Amino acid sequence: MSTALTDSVVVKPRRNIELVLLVLALLVGIGASVLSSVNNPGSLNGSFWFQSSLLAVASLAMHITLRIRAQYADPFILPVAVALNGLGLAMIHRLDGSKGTAGDNQLRWTLIAVACTIVLIWVLRDHRRLRGFTYISLAVSAVLLVLPMVPGLTAGDINGAQLWIQIGPFTFQPAEIAKITLAIFFAGYLSVNRDLILLAGRKIGPLQLPRFRDMGPMLAAWAVSIGILVLQRDMGTSFMFFSLFMVMIYVATGRVSWVVIGLILIAVAGTVAAQLFTHVKFRMESWYDAFDPVIYNRDPGGSSQIVNGLFGMADGGIFGTGLGQGQPYLVPYANSDMIIASFGEELGLIGLAGMILLYLLLITRGFRAALGARDSFGKLMGVGLSFVMAVQCFVVIGGVTRLIPLTGLTTPFLAAGGSSLLANWIVVGLLLMISNTARGPVDTSPLHHGDDDSAGASAPPSGDTAPIRDTHVTQEVS
Amino acid sequence: MNQAIRNAWIATVVLFALLFGAVSYIQVIGARDLNTNPLNTLALTRSLCNDRGTILAGGQPIAESVAGNEACKSKRSYPDGAVYAGITGYYSTNGSQGSTGMERSMNSELTGASDQQFLDRVRQLFLGKQPQGANVETTLDPKIQKLAYGLIPDGVQGYIVVQNPKTGAILAMVSKPSYDPNTVATLDRSAAAAAKAQLDGTQGINLYQNVSGPTGALLSPGSVFKLVDTAAALESGKYNKDSVLPNPAQMSFPGIDYKLPNYAGGQCYTQTQASFAFALANSCNTPFAGIALDLGENKIADKAKAFGIGQDPGDQLHLDYGKGKFPTGLNQPQLAQSAIGQFDVLVTPLQISMLTSAIANGGVQMKPELVKTLRAPDLRVITEYQPEALRTATTPAVAQQINDWMVGVVDNGLAAGAAVPGVKVAAKTGTAELGNGLNNSWFTGFAPADNPQVVVTIAIHGVDVATGAQLTSPNAKKLFEAVLNK
Repeated sequence: MSTALTDSVVVKPRRNIELVLLVLALLVGIGASVLSSVNNPGSLNGSFWFQSSLLAVASLAMHITLRIRAQYADPFILPVAVALNGLGLAMIHRLDGSKGTAGDNQLRWTLIAVACTIVLIWVLRDHRRLRGFTYISLAVSAVLLVLPMVPGLTAGDINGAQLWIQIGPFTFQPAEIAKITLAIFFAGYLSVNRDLILLAGRKIGPLQLPRFRDMGPMLAAWAVSIGILVLQRDMGTSFMFFSLFMVMIYVATGRVSWVVIGLILIAVAGTVAAQLFTHVKFRMESWYDAFDPVIYNRDPGGSSQIVNGLFGMADGGIFGTGLGQGQPYLVPYANSDMIIASFGEELGLIGLAGMILLYLLLITRGFRAALGARDSFGKLMGVGLSFVMAVQCFVVIGGVTRLIPLTGLTTPFLAAGGSSLLANWIVVGLLLMISNTARGPVDTSPLHHGDDDSAGASAPPSGDTAPIRDTHVTQEVS
Repeated sequence: MNQAIRNAWIATVVLFALLFGAVSYIQVIGARDLNTNPLNTLALTRSLCNDRGTILAGGQPIAESVAGNEACKSKRSYPDGAVYAGITGYYSTNGSQGSTGMERSMNSELTGASDQQFLDRVRQLFLGKQPQGANVETTLDPKIQKLAYGLIPDGVQGYIVVQNPKTGAILAMVSKPSYDPNTVATLDRSAAAAAKAQLDGTQGINLYQNVSGPTGALLSPGSVFKLVDTAAALESGKYNKDSVLPNPAQMSFPGIDYKLPNYAGGQCYTQTQASFAFALANSCNTPFAGIALDLGENKIADKAKAFGIGQDPGDQLHLDYGKGKFPTGLNQPQLAQSAIGQFDVLVTPLQISMLTSAIANGGVQMKPELVKTLRAPDLRVITEYQPEALRTATTPAVAQQINDWMVGVVDNGLAAGAAVPGVKVAAKTGTAELGNGLNNSWFTGFAPADNPQVVVTIAIHGVDVATGAQLTSPNAKKLFEAVLNK
């Protein structure tokens, strides 16, 4: 690079890289659909190409939105999300066979989710504006979490948990959206109050205890988690919320003691729950005694689902059976809770490890955006949203692989389910906006919009001298 | 704050490292254990959905693989299912109901896993093709099979075996009640389970042990067993073709209040002394009970064994079978009853067909043969089964003598209904009392007597005498005519 830029780095929007990666991502998703269809005559029907082009159009619309509204956004996040979403669509379609409608439904929700995200980015422009919604978010979260228990709205018990609401023919999982609103609330609250929490309060031994009233939100979060566990009977969601809160308070305060206290609280709650609730007890037994024939055959609460998922993955081995050639449909919920096992069977260790790497990449870019964010609200929200996705992956994949007890969290972007898709696309939208401000030039004036030359059709003049449009100095680039 | 973010990211990486470890363990290190876990049915269900060979009768498929659904790419179909159900059995494609009949006994050939098909498997492996099973060509004649099936009225429990005595080839083998194997072979698990449950509740169908039908149903033979007595008597040297047998109306036993009556249906009451010809033609009981008491239990038991009762039918049947038995340790009344095929004597319809075949074939019993050819999908013959002698049941002279007397049974005895104009038919009928007023009605015979081409054996279970008579000899006649093209 030119010597004139020793203490300043030119920020490139890198939208072209995103476009190239996006095409690759679409090839992955649509290619997976084609592969799985080859072995299932009938599923590669006329509407297939129409549907594939819908996915491509949605992705490109998102890309163009970024070019206009958030041109410095991280170029890896969108392609990774599209690739995972496309793979999920392919597998859900493949599991549908000729009769199921889950794949069409998933595509519909993908389009809705991408559209919502585009609108969000278009309207919001800057994530910092969400700080004004701190307490509104809290209220919305509370409403969302209570909804599944409201008579008339509740979809009742589904698989032992009460997490869904039903409006007309649609079922919806409000907790998926609540994880976002809670992240906004915590980010807003902690970015304002972190000094108070840090400085006020007494010190007992090595532990700096905050004042009780500063502890309030934390206890509230813990209460919410326990409430979900008790009232809605879902360990995974409960754990997800608690993790969200813990990581945000840790990042806000930098105190490991919070994490220690939090882990102890989780352990206590989990142990008590395992004693008190049969469904939790069953889940624990299905985990550590999965191959016991009695537990395997128990209905409900047996381990046959997880064990058959393991058998499928083992059958897939390193290289997998090939898309459309395995028998993942033998496992209940093969297209949602167990979709990771379905991929493990048909794509093998290589494919599954690749997908887990995609997740890690997506989450890492989220952390990177948080690291680069110049405002503590953005940092906290970025970390919270990224970490919650990581926890979700860990809980689901860990559950399916019998690393931890299986609970009913959704696999981001892959699992069949509209609310999960919508929520995760909104998370992607927020991370993109955070990364846009993180990577973009420090500029307090209104942003310039429109296509710029480095992102346009014309290539840069030469390989190593990038056009300099903006001389603002930034400290962090990725 | 940034340090905390980095730490949180490190924690995330640790979590993901755990996931990579777990996935690697399942898919690589622990995969073998999981694949061989007894709870694991993946390999089984995958093989279940592969194409299987076709079972054919006279060039027509009687069990074939047809397109299934997404979950299971091929399933079994049975054209004329009920007619051949006793032979094919069924193959439950989704594995939920197991398999029976030839689908079970020829499974390795039908899937291509048998030893003879080893080289084919290697070739298919290199060509990247799905393993293909052999086609099984049976000896059955669809025309005779369908005719025989139609001869047993619905609602009657009956069995018919039509066999070539010289080769042992089975031309037809039917039993009723039958069922449609398609109902159990369906891919719809609950429908399959319901169909199977219904069949399990049907009298005369025993799916679990695969021993219903002509090869497995154990019945008391009644008077057809007298053929064994006759052979034993002639071989003993104590009797010859001119022997005069005492023929009392009933036989008493010292010290026991039991009397064995003579058969009431024929002309037995007209003579107190009988020739073999008369005793066989009218199926008189007391002469044969007398022979058995005279020769002793061992002689009769040995002869029953020589004719295959209580024995294996050889390796060319490819079906499960019942063995039957001639009881041992008998007292005198029991021996007398056993000699006329009552008491604890149990045989299968196939065994009686084999017994008669041995007489028709000069005393040599051929292996009952149900599979003619095993053919690869490319029509290459894998195995061609040749007729093989199973055992020598009696001498040619004794066989010829019994043959002659059996002609008399048709010409001027109880089996007159089986007579075919222009053809010499030899036969023996039997009626075994079941103790509830109902009987097993038997017919076994062959034609033409001087050059036997076909043995017909009919067993009707649990009918009154008149129905039994109506369903045996006249039906045998139709089968003789059909096979001999008369």
